[in-house]
Amino acid sequence: MSTAPGKTPVVSPVLAEPLTGTLIFERGAAESRCVEVPALDVPGVSLDEVLGGRARIAPPVLPHVTEVELARHYEHLASANFGLDTGFYPLGSCTMKYNPKIDEQTCRLPGFARIHPYQPEETVQGALELMWGLQESLAEIAGLPAVTLQPAAGAHGELTGLLTIRAYHTAQGDPRVRVLVPDSAHGTNPATVAMCGYEVVQVPSDDRGGVDLEALYGLLDTDVAALMLTNPNTLGLFDENILEITEAVHSVGALAYCDGANMNAIMGKSRPGDMGFDALHFNLHKTFATPHGGGGPGAGPVAVTAELGQYLPGPIVDRHDDGVFTLVTPGRSIGRVRSYVGNFGVLVRAYTYIRAVGGNGLKDASEQAVLSANYLKSLLEDVWPVAYDRACMHEFVMSGGALRKATGVRTLDVAKRLLDYGIHPPTVYFPLIVDEALMVEPTETESKGTLDRFASVLCRIAEEAHEDAGLLHGAPYDTPVRRLDEAAAVKGADVAWRPDGAEA
Amino acid sequence: MRFIPVSCDEQVEMLERVGVESVEELFDGIPEGARFARRLGIADGLTEIELSAHLESLAARNSHGGSVVSFLGAGIYDHYVPAIVDAVVSKPAFFTAYTPYQPEVSQGTLQAVYEYQSMICQLTGMEVSNASMYDGATAFAEAALMAARVTKRDRVVVSGAVHPEWREVLATYVESGTIDIVEVPVVAGVTDTAGVAGAMDSRTAALLVTSPTLYGTLEDLTALGAIAHDAGALFVVGTNPMLLGVMEPPASYGADIVVGEGQPFGNAVSFGGPGLGIFACHKAHIRQMPGRVAGRTTDVDGRPGFVLTFSTREQHIRRQRATSNICSNHALNALAAGVYLAAVGTEGLAGIGEACIAKAHYLEAALVGSGRFERAFDAPFASEFTLCFAGDVAVMQKRLLDRGFLAGLDLSRFGDTDAGRVLFAVTERHTREVLDSFIEEVSAL
Repeated sequence: MSTAPGKTPVVSPVLAEPLTGTLIFERGAAESRCVEVPALDVPGVSLDEVLGGRARIAPPVLPHVTEVELARHYEHLASANFGLDTGFYPLGSCTMKYNPKIDEQTCRLPGFARIHPYQPEETVQGALELMWGLQESLAEIAGLPAVTLQPAAGAHGELTGLLTIRAYHTAQGDPRVRVLVPDSAHGTNPATVAMCGYEVVQVPSDDRGGVDLEALYGLLDTDVAALMLTNPNTLGLFDENILEITEAVHSVGALAYCDGANMNAIMGKSRPGDMGFDALHFNLHKTFATPHGGGGPGAGPVAVTAELGQYLPGPIVDRHDDGVFTLVTPGRSIGRVRSYVGNFGVLVRAYTYIRAVGGNGLKDASEQAVLSANYLKSLLEDVWPVAYDRACMHEFVMSGGALRKATGVRTLDVAKRLLDYGIHPPTVYFPLIVDEALMVEPTETESKGTLDRFASVLCRIAEEAHEDAGLLHGAPYDTPVRRLDEAAAVKGADVAWRPDGAEA
Repeated sequence: MRFIPVSCDEQVEMLERVGVESVEELFDGIPEGARFARRLGIADGLTEIELSAHLESLAARNSHGGSVVSFLGAGIYDHYVPAIVDAVVSKPAFFTAYTPYQPEVSQGTLQAVYEYQSMICQLTGMEVSNASMYDGATAFAEAALMAARVTKRDRVVVSGAVHPEWREVLATYVESGTIDIVEVPVVAGVTDTAGVAGAMDSRTAALLVTSPTLYGTLEDLTALGAIAHDAGALFVVGTNPMLLGVMEPPASYGADIVVGEGQPFGNAVSFGGPGLGIFACHKAHIRQMPGRVAGRTTDVDGRPGFVLTFSTREQHIRRQRATSNICSNHALNALAAGVYLAAVGTEGLAGIGEACIAKAHYLEAALVGSGRFERAFDAPFASEFTLCFAGDVAVMQKRLLDRGFLAGLDLSRFGDTDAGRVLFAVTERHTREVLDSFIEEVSAL
């Protein structure tokens, strides 16, 4: 057992209870119960009879635990997790901003949490009004008038947007075959393009980190359905040529799709619709402070031009002149992309956030996010070379390439060492076009003191790399577990616990 | 409300350090024509006290499971959620965490996902479960795409008894024409077995059914599975997971992929989302599976630990050759499902399943006995059933709503041409007293 340098174990490692590793299946006893079911108050039935011979023969093996064991189990697991309330979480492109507590309260109001999607519309007017209000706010922020709240996540929004574009081209009698995606794009972009049946063509970046205009012009022809672009892009840079880019895309009859992952940089400052984009997805779990939940749920509403609005998936909330809200499906809709109305619980949180900070607060958030990123960059750039050295937006990308060359310490080692300092690492090895990339997004919800400390820690780690590379290769030391064997995970393929003796 | 902790003085210091006069200067890179000159047309922010009152007033305009008695289901059910579930998912270390890409500080999420996967495998009888999809419908669509990859075929046969929204999502997902869909009609409330046999061919990647069906009826999965496999196709089975404590698991009928809407496991009804998509399959197909999966391994000190594994299938590594574009999943909802299943345990899940089934059969018999409804189908059902109403369904539902009951789902909503069909869902929360009062109201119609 290794320990952090300078630390002495205060209890016997034999007697220390590890936070994790013991499965819920391994706790409790056969007779332990947490939730019990009331005695049946209607006549019993023979299950096998009423189910026509489909009654279960061998019961599933689920845990047998008391509530106290459950409470401790998950408290231990939680304490082995790093969340936003734990500390600084500067994950580039993920916008790990603070998740307000009031959001968690409003989404749990029975009038939201216990309404069924098939209730008559007159019984859910409050829910529909909330959705309508959110649609309106997102349309205003995007500068694109038609909004669907249905997509469940960012990648799902991409799928929705691209299928909408596909439907548009098909309706023009001009189905196209290719979609252009910059080399700095998120992996979801090319994956979405492939799911929509298009061929992916990569557009190179220029030496200022934007789309290479000449290369773009060379790739545009009437077989191109769309360009998918993140702006500000994944390098944290606003594409200076954005108007030329969208104009060129339109000149060949293609459409411009904006990946809205980085909307936290530009709320109230610049709108994708005004940049010439035809479609955009939001990530409510990034820009509008809804929690990431350890991987989800998110929500990925899509905003499009009036012309594309007729193809959006339904249902969409419509407000009638008499103030009544109804759900409608656009006339030439691509069809649903999921069941029911969307991730409503996430929509309630995002609506709550938008009403909490208001229009000016959204602009303040973007301004502070950009200032904080530039401030942090200024503290770091002497030690950590920034990939494209110009004013960044809400995030910036540093390269650990020089450090690796000098010391053999990789960005991965730096990330793991940050964990020992109680800081979640930035996004690493993305975007792919930067060697040993570290992508830092502080967000507006961090104090100056937090940013100062982060910069000091990263500079200290760079020193450590020169002093003792081995220290970094071995990091982390002070986490619930240390580096995990990922190759063994694939080889063992242990992806589900089974009762003793059961064969996989 | 304001969530920016930087003070005005600090802002000035930060601007000085950056070397700009104003924040505005930082946005100079935005070309003139793309700048937004006016204020956003969104109202000013509210204080928490005002905000809370505003949201409460919106919520108060909705009837809900606590204010009316609801028999609505069709995938989303108002089951009881034990207090421990919300206590766990409300822990900030769970709900504010990001995707567990740094496993050393994400063991809580990863172990919980592994435990969830294990429980889903136990329930479905499958060897592998992923960490969740968005919902049942997208899991269903992704199952068709996966079957096409596994079999290298380009056509799927889908039962017309599958929830229409699931079928619609499938159709949207294959909009680009990569896969052809053939739909098999419904006879007597279940999939037409002869029709399925006739529809299968050597291009067919999968037969997709659900049991229970949209109508609550139970399919003959043994026969359907055999037809699928005879044609060399995969057998995709959608399930209501809440019934798997008392019903034979899909694996025992030869299912190759099992999907389902996992909302009933400890997740709020919440207007239909977020729930979670259950997705389980054979280990042999793990590399074709969409979505994340957690696996058990050890750390450098030999301690047990968990990581996201088989990631080379995924978009952040494989890009356009990924098995799906899915990135965010419904991890927190899967956590809720895991806590729920641990809380109820084997016996609790069986007891709840049995209660739902017994109460559904009690209500069905009484409604038919009232003379107001007739059985729509003879096929067996579990916790949900379809009846035919002789009169105007909308009028009937309106009258019962006035009496405090959401009297089932009018299936004409889905273009059901046999007018008068109403789908009722029953849960363990419906006491006999409530059922009897509903029966009384129906009898008085």
